[in-house]
Formats: sequence, structure tokens, C-alpha cells
Amino acid sequence: MDKRHLPVLPTVSRRSLIRSGVAASAAVLAAPKTAFASFFRERYREMTPAEKREAVRRIVAQAKRDYGVTLDVGTEDVLPHVVFGYALNLSKCMGTRRCVEACVAENNQSRNPQIQYIRVLDLVHGGLDLDTSDHYFDPQEVPVAGHRYLPIQCHQCANPPCVKACPVEATWTEPDGITVIDYDWCIGCRYCMAACPYWARHFNWAKPEIPKDQVNPDTHYLGNRPRAKGVVEKCTFCIQRTRLGRLPACLEACPTGARVFGNLLDPDSDIRYVLENKTVFRLKEDLGTEPRFWYYTD
Amino acid sequence: MMQLLSFFKDGIRQMAHGGRGYWLWLIGLTVVIVFGVSNYLDQFQSGLVVTGMSDQVSWGAYIANFTYLVGVAAAAVMLVIPAYIFHRKDIRHVVLIGEGLAVAAVTMCMLFVTVDLGHPERIWHMFPIIGHFHWPASMLAWDVVVLSGYLFLNLTIPMYILFCRYRGREPNPKIYLPGVFVAIAWAISIHTVTAFLFSSNVGRPFWHYALLAPRFLASAFAAGPALIVLALQIIERNSRLKFDRSVINTLGLIIAVSLQIDIFFELAESFNEFYFPTAHTVGATYMFFGLGGARGIAPFTWGALAMMLVAAAILTVHPWRRRMGLFNLACVLTVIGIWIEKGIDLIIPGFVPTPIGEVFQYRPTAREVVICLGIWATGALVFTLLAKAAIPIEMGAVRATDLPRQLSGPQELSRPAA
Repeated sequence: MDKRHLPVLPTVSRRSLIRSGVAASAAVLAAPKTAFASFFRERYREMTPAEKREAVRRIVAQAKRDYGVTLDVGTEDVLPHVVFGYALNLSKCMGTRRCVEACVAENNQSRNPQIQYIRVLDLVHGGLDLDTSDHYFDPQEVPVAGHRYLPIQCHQCANPPCVKACPVEATWTEPDGITVIDYDWCIGCRYCMAACPYWARHFNWAKPEIPKDQVNPDTHYLGNRPRAKGVVEKCTFCIQRTRLGRLPACLEACPTGARVFGNLLDPDSDIRYVLENKTVFRLKEDLGTEPRFWYYTD
Repeated sequence: MMQLLSFFKDGIRQMAHGGRGYWLWLIGLTVVIVFGVSNYLDQFQSGLVVTGMSDQVSWGAYIANFTYLVGVAAAAVMLVIPAYIFHRKDIRHVVLIGEGLAVAAVTMCMLFVTVDLGHPERIWHMFPIIGHFHWPASMLAWDVVVLSGYLFLNLTIPMYILFCRYRGREPNPKIYLPGVFVAIAWAISIHTVTAFLFSSNVGRPFWHYALLAPRFLASAFAAGPALIVLALQIIERNSRLKFDRSVINTLGLIIAVSLQIDIFFELAESFNEFYFPTAHTVGATYMFFGLGGARGIAPFTWGALAMMLVAAAILTVHPWRRRMGLFNLACVLTVIGIWIEKGIDLIIPGFVPTPIGEVFQYRPTAREVVICLGIWATGALVFTLLAKAAIPIEMGAVRATDLPRQLSGPQELSRPAA
């Protein structure tokens, strides 16, 4: 699959000048050039198109070595006039956790240690008290009468505490509302994890393990490309799919149609229909994080 | 320049001279450090998976020790203020010990944060200009600024004063006093910023309250001076440094009052949590009673509270405080009690339960504990070496050789309090 590379205006910042100076003087020391280039790499946001291509080439080579898979690493930019939003119908969710499985497969999450972006809560008493919820429910059959299920993933806040917390600006919110992480810039301090009220951020405590035949080769630089140990990762609303006009994997996997995704700026979108016609609410709205993830019931 | 060089040379020469006990102590510390480093190398290879931390409890022993030690570092002002502002000559004799302790504590803080990083080799991403320093938004960025600044102040001011002593002249207050004032404000700031690091998290109700910074300062001004009192006595026994009892008395009062305030704060906080418990009380419930069938850290919480109450009682009743044995016991209880209060009891209940209600226990692994011990040993080594070099210079026993002999006699050592 040939992915298009949107033109990005080349800008030479003070930083990249200094950095290239450092990298150049480092190269004089006659050490392997790629190691230095990779160490003194610029943050994704400041990369020129050429630097992005070089970074992608490095990622593809690394994945080839690690998994024997040829990756397609996209760098698609924001689609014009798009801000993504998500809504979830609690009346329909029955706790199959298909979304969790699809998410792990799509987003190349580590199988060991296990990382999952979606946590489905079993609300035993039907209320919304998260503290009495069961995270490890495992009945013979779902749904169990009298139980409600509440899937939680990154709420892609418009006012994200995690982004504010990061000491090195390794995470930011894209104009289409997706909060992303530059995995090559993250120092792994996990302050964002302490800051997130939705427990949406996860850390690679060890080198991630993915069986070679299960690696998803269709990736995005800011999304599901394989991660290294020691960095934080999170749900990106499947940026590798949604920026190409596709739907998130969790939505496609849901057997009950509980999930609705779309462009908040498009008045004819499904998400706008839900927001305008259903009684929606957001989790922990009192914190002022302005999630772009709504819940509703029939 | 040459004078400065010979100053450092003489300082290092002092570090390399000592009795058998001194060398055994240094060797012992080095052994612990080597164990720590080898365990850290293993963590660096395998990842932080070798620790007891998890996505649920994503900070643990490293950040707990870091938080405690920022307080110890800040507590040096409890010597600096009486020494320089109230011109207490008795305390001025030992103020270098406080500053040395601050340097050692900040060094340990930096090491604890570094071993907690998933990618320590990327630490340059934080440096201004070549990296992206997320200042002033990120409280962690603030912490980097205040800690490095504090380290700088606590290295340069004592070094200037020592250098003057070494050259046999009086330090010029016009040079060092502005630095001292800045250092006092700075000490308050390092612990305030560290408290803000936690209290800024809206998603963690256990941390998200305004009393956290004042409480941090109160507990720091109890634990820090307690550690200084113990360190002073050990140094007095093992060196020629002598100091007046009035130093211990003043510090004893500071510890007593700080501890009383800290316990009052804890009481006020517990009242708010438990008079009418809300969903936000759950972290405090975990801290005091455990959750989900697990006792968790409750035994530590009650143990720490008991230690602090006993210490406060000893320090408050004058006849008890005047008995050296009881007084030292109170200091030890304060140091340990507040380490639990500010380490375990601050960090862990912030993560248990998770913001979405999962109760997941944290228990540090042996590897994690050895790495912590290695860093503590590094701090002890830094402190020992600094004190070893500073004391003879401060006391006038080591002077520049090009000075006339009569200037280098030992000073009058103990003087009644002014």
C-alpha cells in the first residue's frame, strides 16, 4: 500500500541547527553515523519531510530486524476540517470485550507484558461508582442480568492534563483532537500516567512481545508502530485508520453497534446525531478536562 | 586560580586521610553502591519490569525516596536561618554540615528520579535549547529548575566561605548574604514545587488538595533537622568538630514544633476525609484500613503515626527532651516515621485505587530495594567526603601554606549562644 505523504513546509529551527551541529561534530568522532543520527533525532513535530522519511526508514529497518515484517509507516497529516469524537451506547454494550481484543491486534500492543488501551468495567450495582466496579469479570456468558458494562479508553480530552504534565513535550494534541506521543522523544518518567484521570496511559515496563505473525504492518508514526521498552503509549482513536477515513478497530469489532465515531465538525455525521438527539454525559466532567468521548443510553 | 586549585587539592587530601573506622565506612558504602549499580544495570537492560511498579501503581519506592529527600535538602535552612539571619555563632559553626547534607540529599534526589526513567539516556530532551523543556506548564520541569538551582547555591555559598577560611580571611557578607537569602527562599520553593508535582493532578483526589505543600514543609522541617541532629553527634564523636549544646537545643525545638504542626495537619486532613466520606476518601481509606480485602500499607500508616506521636511527646515535654537518650530516640522515630508518611503513605494511596477504581497492590522487589540502598549509600558517601574536607578547613586546621603561620591557629570552638 502506497501511503501519501502530505507536504510539510520545511522549517529550519534554531534547535535543529544546533542539533545538526552536535550531530555533525559527533559524526567526526567516526562512530556509526546512524546511531548518532538516531540519538540526536529531532522531535517528530519539528522534523522536515526529509527527516521524517529518514526516521521512517529507520523504524522500518528496526521492525524488520525485530519481527521480520515490512512495515508501512504512515505520516499522514491532519485531514482538513476534522475533529474526531466518539460516543458509546451503554444500553447496548454487553461486555464481550471484543473491542479490547481488536484494539490489541490493530495497535500492536505488547502481549507480554500485556498492554490494553480499553478497560471494560463491570458495574455490579448498575450505578456509575467506578470504585465498586469489577475489572476482571469473567462469567460463562455476558451480559449478566443486572450488570452494566462501561468501556473506558483515552477520552482525547480537549484540555488534557497529561499533555500539560509532560516535562519534555513528548505528547501533544493534534489539530484533529487526537493526543499522540512521540515514542522516540518520551523519556519514560510516567508523570502523564499520574496526571490522567481516566487511566488511559500505559507504560512498556519490558521490551514488548508480539508474535511475528500477529504484527499489524499498516501503521502510523504517531500511532501503532511498534514501541520500544521504557515509553508510554495510549489509544490514538486508531490514527492510522481514521486519518485515511476508516473507522477505529474497536468500533468495527463491536458486535452490538454500541460505538459511534465521526467528525464533530460535520453536521451530518453519526456522532453529531448522537450528541444532538441523545442524553449524553462524560466521565468526570467536573475535572474540566473536556473529553471528546461521550456515553449515552437508549 | 592557583589558590583555588590548592584549596581543592587540600580538600581532596583531607578526604583521603582518615583512620581505620573512616576507611571501613567508605569501603562499606562502596560495596553497597557497587551492588546498587549492578542491580541498576540489570534494570537498564530488562526495563522497569524488574521493579514492583505497574500501570496501576506507576510510581513507587524511587519517587517516594525522592520526595522524602527533597524535604531533607530543604531542611538545611533550619540551620541557615539562625546562622545567618539571627547571627547565632554557635549554629554558624555547624551550618556547613546542614549545607553538606543538602548537597547529598539533592544528589540522591537526582539519582532517584534518573533511575525511575524508562529512557535515562534521553534526559537531554529536557535541556533548554537542545531539547524541549516544557516550562512553565509542567511541574516536573519546575522541579528540575529548582533542584539544580538549589544544588548550585548549596555548593557555591559554602565553598566561598570555606575558601575564605582557607585563605585566612573573613568572608565578605556583601558577597555571600544575598546568596543566603536566595537560598532560604529557594529551599522553601524546592519542597513546595515537589508538593505541587503531586497536588496538581486533578485526577488523583488523594493528592489534589492545597494543604499538601504546607504539610510537606512541616514534615520536612521535622525530619530534616532530626537527621542533622543525629549526623552532628556522629560527626562530633568521629572528628575534632565540637559544638555547643545550644545547637542541639534549638534544633530540638524546631523538630518539636514542626512535628506538632505536621500531626495537626494530618488530623485536619483526616477529619475532612472521614467526617463525611465521599468517593474521594477512598485513597485515605486504603492508607488507614486497606481496601478490597487487602490490608495494604495500613500497618505502616499506623506505625508511622505511633512513631510520630511518641516523638512529639518526648520533644514536647522539656525534661524528656533534655535527656539525650530519649531525645535521640525521638529523632530516630521522627526520621523513620516521616519517611513512611511522606514516602509510602503519600505515593501509594495516590495510585490505589486507580482513577477508574482498580485496587492493585504494590510491593517493591528486592532489586528495587537494593537500588534504593545504593543511592542512599551514594548520598552518605557524598556527605562523608564533603564533611571530611570541610571540617578541618572550617576549624582552621587546614590553611593555605603561603599564609603567615600565626593566622592558621585553630579558632575558638565553642562559645555560649549569643
